Amino acid sequence: MSEALALLPEYLSAHVRLTLAALLAGVLLAVPVGVLVSRVRSLEGPVVGLAGVIQTIPALALLAVMVPLLSGLGLPGIGVLPAFLGLVLYSLLPILRNTVAGLRGIDPAVLEAAEGVGMTGRERLVQVELPLALPVVAAGVRTATVWTVGMATLSTPVGAPSLGNYVFAGLQTRNSASILTGCAAAAALALGLDFLVRQVATGLGERRRGRIAFGLVGLGLLAAWAWSVGGASGSASGAASGSASGSEARAIRIGGKTFTEQYVLAEILAGTVRSRTGRSATVLTGLGSTVAFDALARGEIDLYVDYTGTLWSTVMGRPAAAESRERVLEEVRAWLLSTHGIRVAAALGFENAYCFAVQRETAESLRLRSLDDLSRHAASLTLASDYEFLSRSEWRSVERAYGLAFREKRTMDPSGGSTLSTSWCSRTRSGRYRLTTPSSWPAPGSRARRPT
Amino acid sequence: MIDVAGLGRRYGDVVAVEGVSFQVATGELVALVGGSGSGKTTTLKMINRLVEPSAGRVTIDGQDTAAVEPHVLRRSIGYAFQGVGLFPHLTVAENVAVPLRLAGWARDRIDTRVEELLALLELDRALLARFPAELSGGQQQRVGVARALAASPRVILLDEPFGALDPLTRDRLQGAFDALRRRLGLTAVFVTHDVAEALVLADRIGVMRAGRLVQIGTPAEMARQPADEDIARLLDTPRRHARVVASRFESPS
Repeated sequence: MSEALALLPEYLSAHVRLTLAALLAGVLLAVPVGVLVSRVRSLEGPVVGLAGVIQTIPALALLAVMVPLLSGLGLPGIGVLPAFLGLVLYSLLPILRNTVAGLRGIDPAVLEAAEGVGMTGRERLVQVELPLALPVVAAGVRTATVWTVGMATLSTPVGAPSLGNYVFAGLQTRNSASILTGCAAAAALALGLDFLVRQVATGLGERRRGRIAFGLVGLGLLAAWAWSVGGASGSASGAASGSASGSEARAIRIGGKTFTEQYVLAEILAGTVRSRTGRSATVLTGLGSTVAFDALARGEIDLYVDYTGTLWSTVMGRPAAAESRERVLEEVRAWLLSTHGIRVAAALGFENAYCFAVQRETAESLRLRSLDDLSRHAASLTLASDYEFLSRSEWRSVERAYGLAFREKRTMDPSGGSTLSTSWCSRTRSGRYRLTTPSSWPAPGSRARRPT
Repeated sequence: MIDVAGLGRRYGDVVAVEGVSFQVATGELVALVGGSGSGKTTTLKMINRLVEPSAGRVTIDGQDTAAVEPHVLRRSIGYAFQGVGLFPHLTVAENVAVPLRLAGWARDRIDTRVEELLALLELDRALLARFPAELSGGQQQRVGVARALAASPRVILLDEPFGALDPLTRDRLQGAFDALRRRLGLTAVFVTHDVAEALVLADRIGVMRAGRLVQIGTPAEMARQPADEDIARLLDTPRRHARVVASRFESPS
């Protein structure tokens, strides 16, 4: 727990920086667009509709989409930028909608009076319309604030640190204290920011300068704290996006995916780099599987552990089943070097195949000894799988070959105890949960796990 | 002097105002009367171009209003209307000061002028820092008129400025306004559906019906030679009411 709390300033400040920057950009973008839309009626449908469509994209997917999008544009695909842009897009709708509604809701008699006293369009906007719409706009900003704080926890997989790091790491390492810390801190931050924004909003509505000042000073202090704490760790992310200037000073950036083994391997690698080379090493874990690869390909991280089978089927897009591990490794090595200039550093030397795991009681009562046995009982069993497996070609071939028609298939974090799940044979946790892998079961599409 | 010549306004196929011509001499008040939809408000709004005419033109002291930027034109014309249109986010003082700020007056001059205007309309100084929502209807109307007069315009347009007031307040305000506009020598166009109010305040009355100006003249001229039966009846209503009221007061109970 104290270990988790030690990370709080870093994660919280990163979260605050991300949230405040995205909100500020959201306001600066959505308010002018809202003004324009309220002026040009034909724009309202398309613009508000577009913002609405962005909103229907699941938050995590929106962030994930930013990665290839930015990479395609030649910008850093992982880190703060994709998270920031995703959050800005997400914050647009409530601010935009409320700006339009606030401007539309103004009494026409007041607008006529503004014209009648001889205001120009700009004077009317600045002196009458915006002040009158402000309380409604501010309510939209409050909604956006709470959404943005929540969504920022999802920026971990695209490589931006946030309170989500507690949650993602906690999920993978079965550390509920870590998950709770992340949740509680995010909720407290959402409440705190909402409180401060509300002070500004109601202060504007009731023309109480004290409240406005209170809210703004509060937000300013929070921002000042977040950026001062971020100064130290910010240099690391700055180096990550910059070119290798003064290579002896730059930290080695080690990536890791979103599951337990990767958290462990990344830390081992970092420790090794530090002790063997004396250089500093930063760890960026919780990256989506292909996000990690793209980050390496673009030089945004220097090193991570991947699996030949994953590279073979997901990145290279090859059909399943090559004849031997050695052959797969050689082809992957050659392909990575020629296509992406990535060198496979070493093979870690262990094979890590997908396998099916069931609880011993289930295996004994159903007399499960082989995949044939399993296919007979599949209709009564629910299969839990990691995020990738069910969309990989290995699964489709084993499904076809053995006629495995499960009652239900769930994609989830499979590290908990389920009746039947895909697992990795290298996992040691199987013993604790008494999962068995009958030795006669062939591993579907055996994958040699080798680091690049 | 205001010269309205052949003024017309169409909305698609709908004719709101057609062929309206009249003059308002300097220092004169012309009241436009008529039922709702008769085009009197549209005519008024075409004078300061809140509504752009689709035909005809308006000249004020020889200046064609179409040749002036609309906001510049409006700054030279006072405008007060029913529903008041005070800015709800501004205090009474700030509301009255709007035309002065637009005209670029210095702050201390504005403060002096605002107090002067409040005194002119018999408004308590304590109201200066209040918001419109905290005022009574009559007070709001007064503030609206004060704002219209703020920049000392030579011409003022009023659209039912004393509508929706209780009779006593209304009577007092009408009296105050009449004295004020005579003292300041304002040239005014006044829209109302209340013939009695028009008869009390106006030098001349224009009767509008279905977008046209049917007749215009002094109350005496119109009483002598009404253009048609309806106008004769219309002008006679206040008198008829007065007779009925008088007989009620006199009849034994």
